[in-house]
Amino acid sequence: MVKIIVLIIGLAIIGLIAWWFFGKHNVEAVSADSVGAEQQINIEVNGGYSPENVVLKKGVPAVLNFTRKDASSCLDRVVFSDFGINQALPKDQKQAIRIDTSKAGEYQWACGMDMFHGKLTIK
Amino acid sequence: MSISKRFWISLILSLPMLANMLLMPFGWMLPGGAWTQLVLTTIIMVISAGPFVQSAWASFKKHHSNMDTLVAVGTATAYLYSIYAMVTNQAVFFESAAFVTTFVLLGQVFEERMRNNASNAVEKLVNLQAKHAEVYRDGQYVQLPIDEVVAGDLVRVKPGQKIPVDGVIVEGHSTVDESMVTGESMPVAKKTSDAVIGATINSDGTFVFKASKVGGDTMLAQIVELVKKAQNSHAPIQKLTDKVSDIFVPVVMMLAIATFLVWYVFLSASLAQALIFAVAVVVIACPCALGLATPTALMVGTGRGAKMGILIKNGEVLEAVNDVKTVVFDKTGTITVGQPRVTDVVGNQSRVLAVAAGLEESSEHPLATAILKRAQADQIEAGPVTDFHAIEGKGVEATVAGQHALVGNQKLAADLTVSPALQQQAADLQAAAKTVVYVGVDQEVIGLIAIQDEPKATSKQAIADLKARGLKTVMLTGDNERVAQAIANQVGIDEVIADVLPGDKADHVQALQADGKVAFVGDGINDAPALTVADVGIAMGSGTDVAIDAGGIVLVKNDLRDVDRALALSRKTFNRIKLNLFWAFIYNVLGIPVAAGVFFSIGLSLSPELAGLAMAFSSLSVVTSSVLLNKAKITSRPKLA
Repeated sequence: MVKIIVLIIGLAIIGLIAWWFFGKHNVEAVSADSVGAEQQINIEVNGGYSPENVVLKKGVPAVLNFTRKDASSCLDRVVFSDFGINQALPKDQKQAIRIDTSKAGEYQWACGMDMFHGKLTIK
Repeated sequence: MSISKRFWISLILSLPMLANMLLMPFGWMLPGGAWTQLVLTTIIMVISAGPFVQSAWASFKKHHSNMDTLVAVGTATAYLYSIYAMVTNQAVFFESAAFVTTFVLLGQVFEERMRNNASNAVEKLVNLQAKHAEVYRDGQYVQLPIDEVVAGDLVRVKPGQKIPVDGVIVEGHSTVDESMVTGESMPVAKKTSDAVIGATINSDGTFVFKASKVGGDTMLAQIVELVKKAQNSHAPIQKLTDKVSDIFVPVVMMLAIATFLVWYVFLSASLAQALIFAVAVVVIACPCALGLATPTALMVGTGRGAKMGILIKNGEVLEAVNDVKTVVFDKTGTITVGQPRVTDVVGNQSRVLAVAAGLEESSEHPLATAILKRAQADQIEAGPVTDFHAIEGKGVEATVAGQHALVGNQKLAADLTVSPALQQQAADLQAAAKTVVYVGVDQEVIGLIAIQDEPKATSKQAIADLKARGLKTVMLTGDNERVAQAIANQVGIDEVIADVLPGDKADHVQALQADGKVAFVGDGINDAPALTVADVGIAMGSGTDVAIDAGGIVLVKNDLRDVDRALALSRKTFNRIKLNLFWAFIYNVLGIPVAAGVFFSIGLSLSPELAGLAMAFSSLSVVTSSVLLNKAKITSRPKLA
């Protein structure tokens, strides 16, 4: 009897791992707040990026503020390959990154080792 | 806390446990036994492994996993199980948790050092920019910050100053050192209506130019942009590693749980036994050997390279070198010396040189230095010179020992008598792509001096070495076809692409990439985009900092033969990385089933301690294999079959 319960729990955990890591999860898209003539978004870096999905208005100067909370060396740089940006993120310091919003489209950003990703949409 | 501090704490606290493990068969035990191990490991877990757990948890919440996840799960399971084992009086394996942490941190320390070494090429480029400009505003010249210069402004540049922005000269003339942007070693003469480039250095005259391109439009800014984009572009292989790392960790965790279930539920093993198999799976799957395979081989390979004067910047370069089919060379400063030298003196050697040196002593012409050097080397004393005058666009004249003497170009010679023999010789020298200077006394040309930027003594051998390796060699230059072909024939280059504008070098490299991977060898700032675009950028040490930063490989000795040695070393190192990865991978493929108890029935199994030991051994074997790279033979010239 105990074994059956353990088996069910074990299979449930396997299923949970599969669902948790491989399942489709909705990622919330966050639009920028406009501060005067500029749009700004604060992004926290901790085991990934939150938000991971950022929407910016086309043609309005934009600033993304990255703050790294994670000690992992994987996340200590942020790379926007389409914009030629490769910015070091010192831990617990806000780093402003200016984005050229003149061209609409979807762009990826990633950590220095290309393990964690974020998506930037300009429209 | 920095990674290296975490590593040292972890290493020092692990050492007593290593001694315990190695000396146990000889009857020596760590004083305090499991309690001492518990204390040491707890400190390691909190200080050194703590950040792994934090990062793993933060990633987990976002549905992500990474290497930190596996390290955290592996060490935490080993640690927590050991506490459980201590309570139930079974064998503990705290050392596994400690060793795993130490090894992973060691890998990260190596990696951090590598990454910090990659200095910032873009920053250095931007620093070339002049900070101020003398701009004509409201009837006078005022000093303005560079940002305030607008297109159409009149800008004055004095001798020795940097030209602030791009533009066209409207008044005055001078010679300009453009080497930092164009790579051209000879200073270029500039007069009214000639274009000047921002960040180049004015040498002797004062002139006024009209700014045409400012801010982000200048040539320098464009190059900066090119390098930035190229530097951050993605390597295709990264996509594959992404995919593997995305599923590796969750799969291993699921395998561990499945192992536990099979043993506990279906094979009726005891709870402790089943847990031991599961833990062994997590411990043995720790990506230590996989993680160490690349950085250790890189450390040894690059260390060995440094001793040979070859600096290899990163692993991507090593990987790319493996498939290089074509080697492209910049001409000036790479194949050639980069400084004009007197190659021939026609006529009475000492007399011609004495007259020329006497006149050129007062001249600021770029070729003067070459002539003066030759005169010095031949110990020829120039006589006293009086009545010195420059003849605009032609050369210089003066009175030497009571005679009227002239030194200058072909236009000057047109006013003088030139013997048919000398005319023929001048034509021959020009055909060999040499600059000819005429020396005249009393309205008659008495001799010629030929000046050329010669190939380096080692260039021919270097090209031959590369060809012996089966590589195609190409020369890319801004010079005209004739000069380029003459140099190419001297050193034995396969193909010449001449008349290339500085900004187009990268495009030509890209075109060549259609036929396979390309290595580019260069030294100037204008080479920076090509160095970055090429699969392998090789920067010569005598070059500018920017070129050195943009290159993936830097040759300190400035000897072109090092290109071949660098390729040989890179290949060796990359092959060692592949071998290491193969062993690490095989170790996981074989190790996981054994740890899971698949071969238990035939008496083959791994306790967590043995799994920990196997893990350490696999790491050790990978490191040993890397260290042996130091002994591997690097032939500068492959044997012809």
